Amino acid sequence: MKNMKKSSFVVSALLAVILVLSACGGGSTGGNGGNAGTNNGAGNAQGGTKAGENFRIGMVTDRGGVNDKSFNQTAWEALKQLEGDTGAKVKYLESKTDADLIPNMNQFIKDGYDLTWGIGFLFEDAAKTVAEQNPDAKIAVIDTVVDLPNVESVTFAEHEGSFLVGVVAGLTTETNKVGFVGGMEMPVIKKFEAGFRAGVAAANPDAKVLVNYVGDFNKPDQAKVAASTFYNDGADIIFHAAGGSGNGVFSEAKDRAKSGKKVWVIGVDKDQALEHGDDVTLTSMIKKVDQAVLRVSNDLIAGEFKGGEVTVLGLKEDGVGLPETNKNLTDEVLQQVEEFKQKIINGEITVPTK
Amino acid sequence: MDKWRNIFNPSSVFVPLGAIVLGLISGAVIMLLGGYNPVDAYQALFEKVFGSPYDIGETIRTITPLLFTGLAVGFTYRAGLFNIGADGQYIMGMTGAAIVGIKLQLPWFIHAPLAVLVGALFGGLWAALVGYLKASRGVNEVISSIMLNWIALYLSNYLLRALLLEPGQQRSYFIHESASVSIGWLSRALENARMDWGIFIGLIGAVVFYFLLWRTKQGYELRAVGLNPDAARYAGINIKSSIVKSMFIGGVFAGLGGVFEVLGVFHYQVLSAASSGYGFDGIAVALLGGNHPVGIVFASILFGTLTYGSAGMNFSADVPTEIVRIVIGAVIFFVASHGIIQGIVKPFLASRRKLDRKGAA
Repeated sequence: MKNMKKSSFVVSALLAVILVLSACGGGSTGGNGGNAGTNNGAGNAQGGTKAGENFRIGMVTDRGGVNDKSFNQTAWEALKQLEGDTGAKVKYLESKTDADLIPNMNQFIKDGYDLTWGIGFLFEDAAKTVAEQNPDAKIAVIDTVVDLPNVESVTFAEHEGSFLVGVVAGLTTETNKVGFVGGMEMPVIKKFEAGFRAGVAAANPDAKVLVNYVGDFNKPDQAKVAASTFYNDGADIIFHAAGGSGNGVFSEAKDRAKSGKKVWVIGVDKDQALEHGDDVTLTSMIKKVDQAVLRVSNDLIAGEFKGGEVTVLGLKEDGVGLPETNKNLTDEVLQQVEEFKQKIINGEITVPTK
Repeated sequence: MDKWRNIFNPSSVFVPLGAIVLGLISGAVIMLLGGYNPVDAYQALFEKVFGSPYDIGETIRTITPLLFTGLAVGFTYRAGLFNIGADGQYIMGMTGAAIVGIKLQLPWFIHAPLAVLVGALFGGLWAALVGYLKASRGVNEVISSIMLNWIALYLSNYLLRALLLEPGQQRSYFIHESASVSIGWLSRALENARMDWGIFIGLIGAVVFYFLLWRTKQGYELRAVGLNPDAARYAGINIKSSIVKSMFIGGVFAGLGGVFEVLGVFHYQVLSAASSGYGFDGIAVALLGGNHPVGIVFASILFGTLTYGSAGMNFSADVPTEIVRIVIGAVIFFVASHGIIQGIVKPFLASRRKLDRKGAA
């Protein structure tokens, strides 16, 4: 009997909590709805009907998820920007395992989305399967190529951008030793390494390039060890193409900067000086994933979706390159970089990809 | 009849059910706190799972590996071993199947069964290694199996790179058509959902699980070791061989999960930086299923449904996937803390029993 009382108390207390909370929840949902309503109204009043309002664009992430501080996040931020600019409705689905890629893409397609993005090289096979099964659906992929009439592929000429930071490293190094820390050893990252090597060699034939792949994009500890080895070995500049692992390279460089040693890191994907500071960040090899996402999505809204085409964004298309401001680079270095850039653009130099 | 009543006795049914209900309620509370409508969300989950033939098929595809790893953990648990290494055994199963599926060329009636067998053996032997270390050297199986997970991951990546990698790709070559265990007509019937023989083999596995443990002398010995190793030794049971055997069988189950992922779902293996985590989900499945095959089947269905349906909650009701993981976490939490549920369920049952007795009198 005593137990009985206790348990019915627990149950009734639980119910009470739920009732109270559901009242709160209901209220706040209503509030949100109201807000959304006013926002839409304001948008319409200002700009009339926006171009993209009838468009729905979906994006599927790989296992990194939408907050990966890298690829997926950049792409999603671009889509959010698109939503603000054009009024298109955007949505993402995260994939918990590799097996989720296909059902997640299918979710958007079966719901009639106008465009479905697959972000990252992992989508090659998933996008191919889905595109074959749904020939009317429009699909876009980044960093991989799917040769089907309803898929637009965007890849980057990472080797060209890496060549330029290689030039920077070659001209800046005082020890004639520079390092490269890669994530996983795969074709896309190999392009970074090949371009970097070629750039260093072009600017400073005496400089040596040390290379290490840590095997993952999310292992800053291993990248830190790799960076430490390189710096101990006499390298004074490290270029990383290792996503989240790269934070370990920055961490090591900061530790050394604290103890008074001057070492540099060259960042990747975005201007990493903004996150890690100018003390250790020499420059960055920017890969404009956001521009690619905006470009293809805007094409779609303008009715110019280029299914079946492969867009390669290189130096010429301003898809890769150095940040606009480089506090740590002398005018001399920047001038040389500009010269090499022009040579690559007009075809005088062909940068190797592996 | 009595047998079924033993399986579905009040505490084995009401404790998990109570845990699920409490888990769902906690999930609802969290959604309310976040300003989401739980009714819409659960409806979206339901629709995502049962909304179309495609989704039903893909839900089954999600359930399959959970069923296998659940059986793997449950089986060894019955023998008193906590198998955290199902993840590694799963990976070894994938690798074994991929090697046979890609490297050999055989007629289909030999190729597919051989690939399945080799994958299962890879998983089984990987687990038996843990059992051997425990039996011969007294190494705690929790520590050795979790460490072997990493070794399995990197060993598998190494083998992939050395033997199977398609140049310029992050994955192996495709397996030969003759090694595929996909069911083409079923896939076509279910709008191209990826269907394979895995779920059927998994259900057979659950039956085998039952017969091995409760219908054979070996099984009796395994359970005796699990219940009380000292008493079992006194009764003349060879504990060391029991440990190795039970780990091996558990590993076979986990390995089969990986086998069907490669031969049925992907048809290739990816160079992976981290494991898929099915082995760890399998621990929760086994726990929720009370380490009984029938329970594990139901638990894997629940987990698979929640996992696959979470995308629907995210998509249709705009609830973040994290919330669904919180619900799953809450269910495990409530199952793990038996006491809470029993404190609530038992008094009800007790009073009902009293009433029954009064009625009988």
